Amino acid sequence: MRILETQNLTREFGGVIAVNDVSFKVEEGLVTGLIGPNGAGKTTLFNQITGMDKPTSGKVIFDGKDITGLPAWKISRLGIARTFQNIRLYRELTAVENVMLGLHFKVGSDPFRHRFLQSLRSYVFASGENKELYGKAMEWLGFFDIADSAQELARNLPYGTQRELEIARALSAEPKLLFLDEPAAGMNPAETAHLMSVIDKIRSLGVTVVLIEHDMKLVMNICDQITVLNFGMKIAEGTPNAIKTNRDVIEAYLGREEDF
Amino acid sequence: MLNFFQLILIYAGVYAIMAIGQNCITGYTGMLSLCHAGFFCIGSYATAIMCKIFGLSFWLSLPAAAIVSGIIGFLIGVPTLRLKGDYLCIATLGLGEIIRNVATNLNPVGISQIPRAELFGYVFMSRNKWAFIILIWAFVLIFYLLFQRLLHSRIGRAMTAVREDEVAAASNGIDVTKYKIVSFVLGAAVGGIAGCFQTAYTLTVSPASYTFMVSVMVLCTVVLGGMGNGKAVILGAVIIQFISYFPQLTGLTNVIPAQAKQMIFGLILVVMMVWRPQGILGRDRFRYGSARRPLFAKKKEAGV
Repeated sequence: MRILETQNLTREFGGVIAVNDVSFKVEEGLVTGLIGPNGAGKTTLFNQITGMDKPTSGKVIFDGKDITGLPAWKISRLGIARTFQNIRLYRELTAVENVMLGLHFKVGSDPFRHRFLQSLRSYVFASGENKELYGKAMEWLGFFDIADSAQELARNLPYGTQRELEIARALSAEPKLLFLDEPAAGMNPAETAHLMSVIDKIRSLGVTVVLIEHDMKLVMNICDQITVLNFGMKIAEGTPNAIKTNRDVIEAYLGREEDF
Repeated sequence: MLNFFQLILIYAGVYAIMAIGQNCITGYTGMLSLCHAGFFCIGSYATAIMCKIFGLSFWLSLPAAAIVSGIIGFLIGVPTLRLKGDYLCIATLGLGEIIRNVATNLNPVGISQIPRAELFGYVFMSRNKWAFIILIWAFVLIFYLLFQRLLHSRIGRAMTAVREDEVAAASNGIDVTKYKIVSFVLGAAVGGIAGCFQTAYTLTVSPASYTFMVSVMVLCTVVLGGMGNGKAVILGAVIIQFISYFPQLTGLTNVIPAQAKQMIFGLILVVMMVWRPQGILGRDRFRYGSARRPLFAKKKEAGV
């Protein structure tokens, strides 16, 4: 089943076309990789889908619903979570508070209706709710083996842990679809290996994952489907093996043979 | 001498209530607002008008002042809270001046001879200062507890998230604009209530007492004590009031000019920003999931 689809998505910044007529598809339950050289428009595409930015034209269909141009917080409540290329944690808050904020809209029966009453409830019964959220947040920290750092300030955590904490925060909202923007950037090989096992665990939870990544070893090992962007355009999609031998992809990364 | 101490305690209480409101806006949600004098003015006038013209009791005017200030805060908040940092600061600065100018144009002398507040047949006389001290500090305690609870509830955490990182907050399903407005309205309402007590004590309102300096003093209180920390801003209010009444207290009014306090406040802001940006007490570190959730601030210290 197709969980997410962009139809002819275009985003122009003045004269620059960052994303050009991209039709990107994500199948439910799979790990989809989005690769391409620097400046290919991968993060811009992520931003259009998650509502951080509005597309110039085109449509985003999530779970059968048109979510084009909705504000980010609404898209997030519909079930799309994301992490950021440059880690965006709440730096002055502890690790467990970060995850508790990921659980923000998981309180109450419906993330869209009766929210004012829910806010009053949250205020009046704050201690009970805090205990419940704290418990859930600790479970998520445990899932990533970082429960020991729960009371540390996010900014004091080691780099790899910060990355995992950001994934934990995104995942705590139990999204249907998780976007990871360069999760392995700046990680050493041991941390990357650990991240691979984490993504495997996320997949086994039944969450569909889309990841942008430059580490080809990670991408080829973990992805079921790969889409390649270059200069804002989709140049290929398919299984890792098909992508490895794709002429256009090799050209985009290494250049044409005649050039040498 | 004792008289002055009592006066300082009364004004420290009024400023502490205002600072709790400012703390909600600046400390929790991270918006630099400079119009608390405006809300203070609205609260004072609401009380004055309700008590003097409509002849209602002071206690009815208390929620009315909060609601009126809150509504004005909302009307102003919706367009201005899209602005960030310095721009928001300028917009709110202008707003505080607008409120004061409107008040001046309505009646430059203000309103005087406002009926006294009464509680169970006890009339709060201005010369009986202890009664006022107890009344105002009881409300300081109430608002302190209410806002501490807010900070450590889901709503307060969302406000903190907005302060820390708006983009990340939106990606966590937090409606950033909504929480900014909520925080602004709550802060404004509390500012209005502070105005209420000011009126109940002085029994006059005059536009001249709601100048820009009041807003600066309140911001200074929050920065000096520690942003986002309820206890710290109350401490800040007491310190600021002691500084501003220092010449009278020591009988040095001939030596120290009245303008000196404005210079000192400016100096405090600069010095604090450079050497101790987190304030005297620093941020409130609340530990979730400790064995016993403390109910009152005193007990919490042990847990931290």
